[in-house]
Amino acid sequence: MTQFTLIDILRNLIFATQWTVILSLVSFAGGGLLGLVLLFMRIGKARLLPPVVKLYVEIFQGTPLLMQLFLAFFGLGLFGIDVPPWLAAAVALILWTAAFLAEIWRGCVEAVAKGQWEASASLGMSYLEQMRHVILPQALKVAIPPTVGFSVQVVKGTALTSIIGFTELSKAGTVLTNATFQPFTVYGLVALIYFALCFPLSQAARHLERKMNAAHRH
Amino acid sequence: MTYQFDFAWLATYWPVFLDGVLMTVRLIVIGGIAGLLLGTFCAWARSLGPVWLRPPVIAYVELIRNTPFLIQLFFIFFGLPAAGFRLTEVEAATLAMVINLGAYSAEIIRAGIEATPKGQFEAGASLALSPVQTFRHVVLVPALQRIWPALASQVVIVMLGSAVVSQIAVEDLTYAANFAQSRTFRAFEAYFVSTAIYLALAILLRFALLQAGRMIFPHAGAAR
Amino acid sequence: MPLIAIDGLRKSYGEHEVLKGIDIGVEKGEVIAIIGKSGSGKSTLLRCINGLETINGGSIAVDGAELAADEAHLRALRLKVGMIFQQFNLFPHKTAGQNVMLAQQVVNKTGKAEAEAMARKMLDRVGLGEKFDSYPDQLSGGQQQRVAIARALAMEPMALLCDEITSALDPELVGEVLQVVRGLAAEGMTLLMVTHEMAFARDVCSRVVFMHQGRVHETGRPEEVFANPQTPELQSFLGRSAA
Repeated sequence: MTQFTLIDILRNLIFATQWTVILSLVSFAGGGLLGLVLLFMRIGKARLLPPVVKLYVEIFQGTPLLMQLFLAFFGLGLFGIDVPPWLAAAVALILWTAAFLAEIWRGCVEAVAKGQWEASASLGMSYLEQMRHVILPQALKVAIPPTVGFSVQVVKGTALTSIIGFTELSKAGTVLTNATFQPFTVYGLVALIYFALCFPLSQAARHLERKMNAAHRH
Repeated sequence: MTYQFDFAWLATYWPVFLDGVLMTVRLIVIGGIAGLLLGTFCAWARSLGPVWLRPPVIAYVELIRNTPFLIQLFFIFFGLPAAGFRLTEVEAATLAMVINLGAYSAEIIRAGIEATPKGQFEAGASLALSPVQTFRHVVLVPALQRIWPALASQVVIVMLGSAVVSQIAVEDLTYAANFAQSRTFRAFEAYFVSTAIYLALAILLRFALLQAGRMIFPHAGAAR
Repeated sequence: MPLIAIDGLRKSYGEHEVLKGIDIGVEKGEVIAIIGKSGSGKSTLLRCINGLETINGGSIAVDGAELAADEAHLRALRLKVGMIFQQFNLFPHKTAGQNVMLAQQVVNKTGKAEAEAMARKMLDRVGLGEKFDSYPDQLSGGQQQRVAIARALAMEPMALLCDEITSALDPELVGEVLQVVRGLAAEGMTLLMVTHEMAFARDVCSRVVFMHQGRVHETGRPEEVFANPQTPELQSFLGRSAA
């Protein structure tokens, strides 16, 4: 049996971390785009769309991400294609991220004072003009801190993709544990790497929030 | 798509799912209560407690909030025995949930405490209550009431997160689905059923917690 | 035909009827003060005229443009009447100048240079020419309200609706806003204002409308209404506000 030094373990873990990072970025970008579509369906004027989005959000927020990963993995398989874990992982995480971001952003749109709607309406602006020039610019500013904050959930969420066989940081931890019989060290290091990824994002979210509350302008 | 959905196997396997639901419920009830107690303690320690207690509490809260629950679970179940601390699967899962909820609820409850008007502390002090007595009798209940909906959401999130305890062979609802699909080869249907049950559990749990909130805090005005 | 014609206007919130049949005709150049207790329906009346509330009965027409629920009609109506709010409702992410320019550019498709020239002219008119680049949170309440007036004026409305526009201001800032309104009245702008400033109503308005429990209870020239109120409700209202 080969002997793993601490450096060997760390090198392997950091190599796997790149997949955690890539999957996080893909999920966040894809989820953000889909979330934006859902947001407009949710706050738009079409009658039928808002309840559909509401149901979508309810389902994705009300069920475990792990189940969503399993359903994506086996559900895509029903179409007769051989589903690689990365595909199921990306699909499930994008759908899941979109649900949360759409809901966060809806809250931000609704937080814009009612008087802003009234003032822009009294100036003769149409719904789309109000959205584009008055409401969304203000909502966007409020949305930045919680959006950055949610990115932490996305990074942590990628850990579950190890269970459907995607080799990222958590999976590498399990593999290395089985090879080295040093679970305390390996999982301790895995936790520290996640912390190194997530803590700066958490702090950034907190910093942005504090800055926004303090300045409260423009 | 030519796939034929088949749920007939449920007739044989429903008791496995029932056992799984009971385990999931048991975990969230014990983990929920202990986690909220831990969270309350940490919230107190961080906002009002002795200064020396704050750094370790902050470190704990930040460490848990910035690492995945799955890794916390693995560390407790696989890692700690190496340090001489051996737990059964269910004990490890429960402990992981308590520690996880403790950290998240600490932040939520702290926000509730910090929204307390200064006059409440002053009124408590002027009546000769000690700081701890003021916290216990004056500050805590309105603080919890203020953030109860957020707390309820967090407990639901932890319940949904508990799906991963099946990875250390705790026989919860996800384990039931894993078990059923490995015997029936009806993976999609098995996870579909467990997902639907999780959704129902989430809705019920949230409703029960909000209802409980109404019972624990009957006076709506106290939060203001 | 009056500029603003309100006939049999009714408005309810659920069971509660706030406006129980209002008939008012506003001629061009009239300055009308709407007074009454809170809850008498006076603010709701103004909001109906601007289409911010959906009405349950009767009709509102401004210069022939009828109020209807569809966006095209609403827009046509809103282009004819401007509205000033109690809480100013300036757009916080835009400077004073941009606040005044926005609707010109977006709604009227006015070019940037032209919109800016208009914005400067209107800000000058309310005495804030030098505040063009200031953000709302850098302005006092009185200045914000004057920007709001400039913003409405830039759309060249035929009438202005003023909904308690000095009620949110510190007492020392009320005067500068009323000064602007006084100037507008002198220039012949048609004004319909809900106000608690009785002295101002007496000085500036051509007609006073007293509302009580969702109806126009008494109306007339200010000197008559204030000196010789006919109904006990108006007598009691004026007695209270004088005290």
